[in-house]
Amino acid sequence: MNSSILFFVLLGLTLFSYWFGLQRSLKVAGGAWHKKELTSLPQQFGLLTAMVCGLPALITLLIFNSGEHIVVEQLLTSTLPVNIQSLSNVDLVLYLNNIRSIASSETPANILQVLSQSSDLKNSSEYKAAFTLQELNQQAAWLKTALVLIIACVSVAVLVRKFSLTYPARQKSERIIRALLVASSAVAILTTVGIVISVLFESIQFFKSVSPLEFMFGTQWSPQTAMRVDQVAGSGAFGAIPLFAGTMLITFIAMLLAVPVGLMIAIYLSQYASAKLRAFAKPMLEVLAGIPTVVYGFFAALTVAPVIRNMGESIGLSVASESALAAGLVMGTMIIPFVSSLSEDAISAVPNALKEASYGMGATKSETVLKVLLPAALPGIVGAILLAVSRAIGETMIVVMAAGMAANLTANPLDSVTTVTVQIVTLLTGDQEFDSPKTLAAFALGLMLFITTLGLNVLALKVVRKYREQYD
Amino acid sequence: MTKHNITKSKKNLPVKESNSTTFSTTERVSLGLKKRHRKEKRFKRVGLSAVLFGFLLVVILLGDITSKALPAFHQHWVKLDVNYQASWLDISESSSLGLKNEALTEQLNKANYRNVLRKSLYEMFPEVSGRKDKRSLTKLLSSNAEFTLKDNLLASPQLFDKKTQVWVRLDDDVDSYLKEEFAEGEAGLRINQNQAQWLAKLTSSENVESRFNISFFTSSDSREPELAGIKGALMGTLLTMFVTLLLSFPLGVAGALYLEEFAPKNRLTDFIEININNLAAVPSIVFGLLGLAVIINLFGLPRSAPLVGGIVLTLMTLPTIIIASRAAIKAVPPSIREAATGLGASKMQVTFSHVLPQAMPGIITGAIIGVAQALGETAPLLMIGMVAFIVDVPTSIVDSATVLPVQIFLWADSPERAFLAKTSAAILVLLTLLLIINLTATMLRSKFEKR
Amino acid sequence: MNAIKIPKPGHVNEATQTDLSQTDLSKIELSQTVGNIYADNAKMSIRNADIYYGDKQAIDNISLDLAKNQVTALIGPSGCGKSTFLRSLNRMNDTIDICKITGQFTLDGEDIYAKNLDPVLLRARVGMVFQKPNPFPKSIYENVAYGARIHGLTNNKAELDEIVETSLQKAGLFNEVKDRLNDPGTGLSGGQQQRLCIARTIAVSPEVILMDEPASALDPIATAIIEELIDELKEKYTIAIVTHSMQQAARVSQHTAYFHMGKLVEMGKTEDIFTRPSHKLTENYITGRFG
Repeated sequence: MNSSILFFVLLGLTLFSYWFGLQRSLKVAGGAWHKKELTSLPQQFGLLTAMVCGLPALITLLIFNSGEHIVVEQLLTSTLPVNIQSLSNVDLVLYLNNIRSIASSETPANILQVLSQSSDLKNSSEYKAAFTLQELNQQAAWLKTALVLIIACVSVAVLVRKFSLTYPARQKSERIIRALLVASSAVAILTTVGIVISVLFESIQFFKSVSPLEFMFGTQWSPQTAMRVDQVAGSGAFGAIPLFAGTMLITFIAMLLAVPVGLMIAIYLSQYASAKLRAFAKPMLEVLAGIPTVVYGFFAALTVAPVIRNMGESIGLSVASESALAAGLVMGTMIIPFVSSLSEDAISAVPNALKEASYGMGATKSETVLKVLLPAALPGIVGAILLAVSRAIGETMIVVMAAGMAANLTANPLDSVTTVTVQIVTLLTGDQEFDSPKTLAAFALGLMLFITTLGLNVLALKVVRKYREQYD
Repeated sequence: MTKHNITKSKKNLPVKESNSTTFSTTERVSLGLKKRHRKEKRFKRVGLSAVLFGFLLVVILLGDITSKALPAFHQHWVKLDVNYQASWLDISESSSLGLKNEALTEQLNKANYRNVLRKSLYEMFPEVSGRKDKRSLTKLLSSNAEFTLKDNLLASPQLFDKKTQVWVRLDDDVDSYLKEEFAEGEAGLRINQNQAQWLAKLTSSENVESRFNISFFTSSDSREPELAGIKGALMGTLLTMFVTLLLSFPLGVAGALYLEEFAPKNRLTDFIEININNLAAVPSIVFGLLGLAVIINLFGLPRSAPLVGGIVLTLMTLPTIIIASRAAIKAVPPSIREAATGLGASKMQVTFSHVLPQAMPGIITGAIIGVAQALGETAPLLMIGMVAFIVDVPTSIVDSATVLPVQIFLWADSPERAFLAKTSAAILVLLTLLLIINLTATMLRSKFEKR
Repeated sequence: MNAIKIPKPGHVNEATQTDLSQTDLSKIELSQTVGNIYADNAKMSIRNADIYYGDKQAIDNISLDLAKNQVTALIGPSGCGKSTFLRSLNRMNDTIDICKITGQFTLDGEDIYAKNLDPVLLRARVGMVFQKPNPFPKSIYENVAYGARIHGLTNNKAELDEIVETSLQKAGLFNEVKDRLNDPGTGLSGGQQQRLCIARTIAVSPEVILMDEPASALDPIATAIIEELIDELKEKYTIAIVTHSMQQAARVSQHTAYFHMGKLVEMGKTEDIFTRPSHKLTENYITGRFG
């Protein structure tokens, strides 16, 4: 049975267990008329039985599934001829891939036929291995089915034996549910741990072949050429400075647009606008915030970039077709609603008393905003800007579509630059071996990205929290 | 900052008479008033223009995409006088005449329709001669046209060896050319003078027709822009969202219930909360890295599959859903909990039979917003290989698939001009989906608030 | 200060309760104010003021004068409209969209709601001190200098220093803060903060100061200091103070106006109001029967 069928069988079994547990508890009580003698409700017995049936079996299934392919591969490799086992890692992976594709595309009968006909030694050894693989897979599937079903049935059988009038079915089932709830909330921790481990582990692999200093301070970035083995340790092809610089340039341009506009929108909507305008403007800005980034990327690459290029050329400037300016401006557009809504929160959090005090002294609205509200809301606004910067740094699609691939170290917004996220995408899309420095470099970049955004976020939350305390 | 120190020497300054001070205050204030009010007006204008600028951006963005998308919903077809001659079909005449229906069908299946197409076309334009011209003539038609002929003949075999008229698609370059405002016979982008004149002839004899492009919704991705559709991507999106919702909703609700109702105030709870808050700000591409390194390479789940996409998007949207669910649970008045607890219900019973149903509308709204966020997400899916060119419509969560945003990304990268309109049209579809989802959430919320 | 004996609030017993119920409040004539609303030397005069919040009438036909260089106390139960009335005297209600004001408000005979009169200028002449101390999150110096800066009252730093010092001195705060003028104003104690706010207000040299329960958020000692300060300030400024505490009104004011449900019930010299209230409602209030 394959996993998804097995899953549904298990689901059916779990539902049956509910009914079964319920009936058993009634039987223990001596019929439905006496169910009050049970300390827990029959439904609670049913629930407990269902959970005891489903959960261990499901966990087994998940563990089995995630470990299955590794074990099978090990077993398969051990049956292969010695000369193949001694192949280098990369070649072995290729060989195994080959076998896997044969095993999944041909029926066992076909393979046997080929084996009996073929005289080519290499070919026949591959088909033999494919046949072994199919057999192993079959055995694994049987083992899995048997294991899961047995665990489900045995645990139910063991449980219902213990049923008695005073059996604490409710307490037990509640304890299991509570454990499930804890596990669900712990997914957040697991995710963080998963991110840290995956990014860190691959980065360490990467830093074995490229020194961290070279990565952090090198000014040459050309991972494509570094793919060849003789260049891996070569002359600074993995210097990430141009990437950091490009990211900062585009982020800076985005902030240059988003912060003043977003802040002015926040000020106008919170201090000047009529209720009617607010009711209209808020959803309008939400539209801007809700548009997927891939749409912004399309807009940047096919509308804004050509316009900027034409404008630049009409006044005699040479503008790259994938200029940092286009990507930055569109990214700024995306971030405007983010800045405006967070700043508005910060401005609204300033106590009304301060505003009144200022008005009471004869200050005009703009004087009140500039001299009292903004200084008072400054920490909140700074927090908002930090979050916006973090978002701009991590933004991917706009830059992938509208910024360049070439790692130029420049501060000219009309030039093409590349960013950390663009390089991650470029390095990891398409076919690649997993262990090459090229793909590992993407994880090292991911580590930098994760650390930077995490740091900015923690800092921003801290600033905002301090600020909240000030007025609470 | 300047230090303000008032020296003691000034301490004995005579306090001014209130009258004189008053007078000078009023005077001085009125002196600056005009300037201050000008500044006020200027500031207000700047603010208003910022808001209007925001509106303008929305209008430009949506307007630009809509105007680019509209051509994609129409497609030009041409009516050809087709002659299904046996010789043109490369079927030997003698054998075919006596054939039974089944055998004929088999023959027709293998016949050479490209030849029929070409010959029919040359008959329509007898003046065209020379290899180069002939080739540019056939280039007017979609590469799919021969299959249209085939389907047409197979559907009605009685047309065999007869003349008939068949509508076929024009090539995407021709389609784009016809959609733009060129004078008749004028050469256009990727259309030369001759082609333009032939097209003019076809158009004037009313042999060209613009039809609603239904295949955009019913077919999958293709290398040929005039054939490419979004069905595969839509299906992929549907499957991915299904997985996302199936995983993130129960996990999110359970996590929120624990944190809001059960969690003791301790380090672990704090740690979970910090994690949730920070995960909400982690760039989505990092989740893609997680998916690639852990879910695909470690657990061995298939690349490009909606299952993996769904898991990655679940991890990404979980913080959003948890935060929204917690807010909804917090909003349930404590009196309900107290009333149920007072009747002897256990904490678990109170939570599941009283608190959760009350909080449900808010939770569902939060989940919908989370899914909307996942629906538009592209970057993490690129990492896990959902970026491949996939022609088949996926049918299960482990098939290779792509999703709508990724399809947009792929098309936006294509050099063919006609893909520009296709991309915009796919964006319109995506935005419409998002609009529907968000409207649903808004409606639910307002319904909830009314109650 | 004039020491006025206030009737002790009666212990609420059966007798007083029946007493109150016999005085049917709705039947008491409220259309006319008893006592004397006129001042010989009026700084501000208000005639027939009506104030509406949307459809709700908050102030109903109130007329009174604020006597120059004297303290006028506005008292009454909470929600009677005394704060609303006070805020209308320097057009603070302008910031509330739904608020509509009619009637005649004059400052030195000049209509303060005139079209061509600038509220900015008005507020420079009629300052306000609020219920809760609300110093700006700036330094002590900058708090006091704020008004002078926005109005452009000084030409140089020395003049500004002088204004800050004299204002702090007038507010009786200078000696306490002279060594830490650059410390944040929010770091001061509640009473000091309120005196800082008073210093901030008088730094603009207003003619009238409106005080909205300035001591209600303060402890008794700080309250006493503020009350003393008010008594000194009346030498130079005309003061209107809203207060909840009748004792306070008795201690600091020369005139008292008693508000009830948006109407001015009685006005007169403070000593008269507290010793010989002419209106039943006023009597009930100051004897503590309700409020």
